[in-house]
Amino acid sequence: MIEIKNLTKVYPARDRPVTALDGVDLSVAAGEVYGVVGQSGAGKSTLIRCVNLLERPTSGTVTVAGRELTALSGRQLRAERRRIGMVFQHFNLLSSRTARENVELPLEIEGRLTRRERRAKADELLDVVGLADRAGAHPAQLSGGQKQRVGIARALAAEPHVLLSDEATSALDPETTRSVLKLLKEVNERLGVTVLLITHEMEVVKAVCDSAALMREGRIAESGTIAELLTREHSELARELFQLGPAPEASGQPDTTVLDVTFHGDSTAQPLVSQLARTYSVDVTILGAAIETVNGQTVGRMRIGLPGRFEENVVPIGFLRERGLNVEVVAADVAAGGTGHSLEEVAS
Amino acid sequence: MSWSDMQPLLWQATLETVQMVGWSALFTVLIGLPIGLLLVLTDRGGLLANTPANKALGTVVNVGRSLPFIILLIAITPFTRGIVGTTIGVDAAIVPLAVGAVPFFARLVETAVREVDRGLIEASAAMGASHLTTVRKVLLPESLPALVSGLTTTVIALVGYSAMAGAIGGGGLGDLAIRYGYQRFENGLMIATVVLLIVLVQIVQWLGDFAAKRLAHR
Repeated sequence: MIEIKNLTKVYPARDRPVTALDGVDLSVAAGEVYGVVGQSGAGKSTLIRCVNLLERPTSGTVTVAGRELTALSGRQLRAERRRIGMVFQHFNLLSSRTARENVELPLEIEGRLTRRERRAKADELLDVVGLADRAGAHPAQLSGGQKQRVGIARALAAEPHVLLSDEATSALDPETTRSVLKLLKEVNERLGVTVLLITHEMEVVKAVCDSAALMREGRIAESGTIAELLTREHSELARELFQLGPAPEASGQPDTTVLDVTFHGDSTAQPLVSQLARTYSVDVTILGAAIETVNGQTVGRMRIGLPGRFEENVVPIGFLRERGLNVEVVAADVAAGGTGHSLEEVAS
Repeated sequence: MSWSDMQPLLWQATLETVQMVGWSALFTVLIGLPIGLLLVLTDRGGLLANTPANKALGTVVNVGRSLPFIILLIAITPFTRGIVGTTIGVDAAIVPLAVGAVPFFARLVETAVREVDRGLIEASAAMGASHLTTVRKVLLPESLPALVSGLTTTVIALVGYSAMAGAIGGGGLGDLAIRYGYQRFENGLMIATVVLLIVLVQIVQWLGDFAAKRLAHR
């Protein structure tokens, strides 16, 4: 639905030009919720603003629903923008208009419906976002969460196929964030609207995204569907999504190999620890564990310790991998090297 | 001079003041509003960013602002004659009044429109609005309370300027105060015109404040 190819954005500056986007490729499939995460300054805000060309990229192409936006004239671009809804961090509602009138604005711009039809459509959308009773209120009379609901209703008014969300929940408290995210997910599922969102909060990705990308210094460092990311070895996103704390110092636990085991879907049910203990007669120590729901899928991660150096545990590790589990060696003693640091290279 | 002598003079002068201020205020809005908008739109980062045009317009406005009204009144008499065909009377006073108030109002419009959150302009663009639509549906409605306050200030300034229009036979309350009160020592009439001017300014301020308050939804 959204195809971004080799997108570059350079801000000219007197002393040194700033490269905000450095050859970004991104592909968002129709009907999915795609999350781009990254720290502030990573370029994600520039990226989302390039999708509807609020920001003109220096080079590269943006294609939304089959139309290459970067090749369109001003008038054609305006027509395409009407089919791309956008939700903003600071809501950007008109203070002079009521909630209903704010939702009507894109319809007025589009100019297709009569006054009566616009009003009916706005009321219908306010009902969808749960604000039917606040239609006559001005933004100043609404709470942050309510304002964002109006913002979402407004973004949906012109029946877009794509919804862009620019840190939509960053100005909201955790509880309101959850309810707004739930609404976004409902919109995605009920109306089939493709959602591209940017956020600096992993929680947002965990709650609603089907796919995610990690941005760093203007580049996509990693991307994929959540399921792919969780099975991918050494995935930074998966580790961030599913934190078990910092890797333990290997030197603190001599003769122990520490593993992070991620299991998802069917493998969750398998009694892996007892199987491991029975099959190889090893004493498995559980150092930490968590089970969470990521976008409706149950995912667990467990940190276990196996006695002995890494070389002695190659077989049990192989056993776990055979069961379809994602195993990462967090720390282990090496017989020869003796540096005792994280041994990801050795393990893979 | 008795009250019955003063009454028709005061009534006539009040009408002339209202006429001069009313018409010149109308022309000030019609001309000053677009200029004020252009000052914002052509500025750096604006929808029609154009630095040379912005600088040129800003200079013209500043020249207008720096001329004392009494000088402007006389300096533009050829222009006034060109428009209304005469340089004396109420009609002739309306031209310099509007010319003097346009740059003043344009700056107030500029300040008001600049206050509109950039995020709203961005949201409007994201909805596929043209620049004209953004001005009409976002910039003007959002800055309306501040525009009304600016208009109030402008109209009150015009009441003050209109007193000087007596110099070209414009008439009005200020002219009455100078001719009878100052030159003929009619203290009663002087006090009456001053009271009327104060009442007039108070009414304008009160109406303006009321309107601005009703329009603001912050």
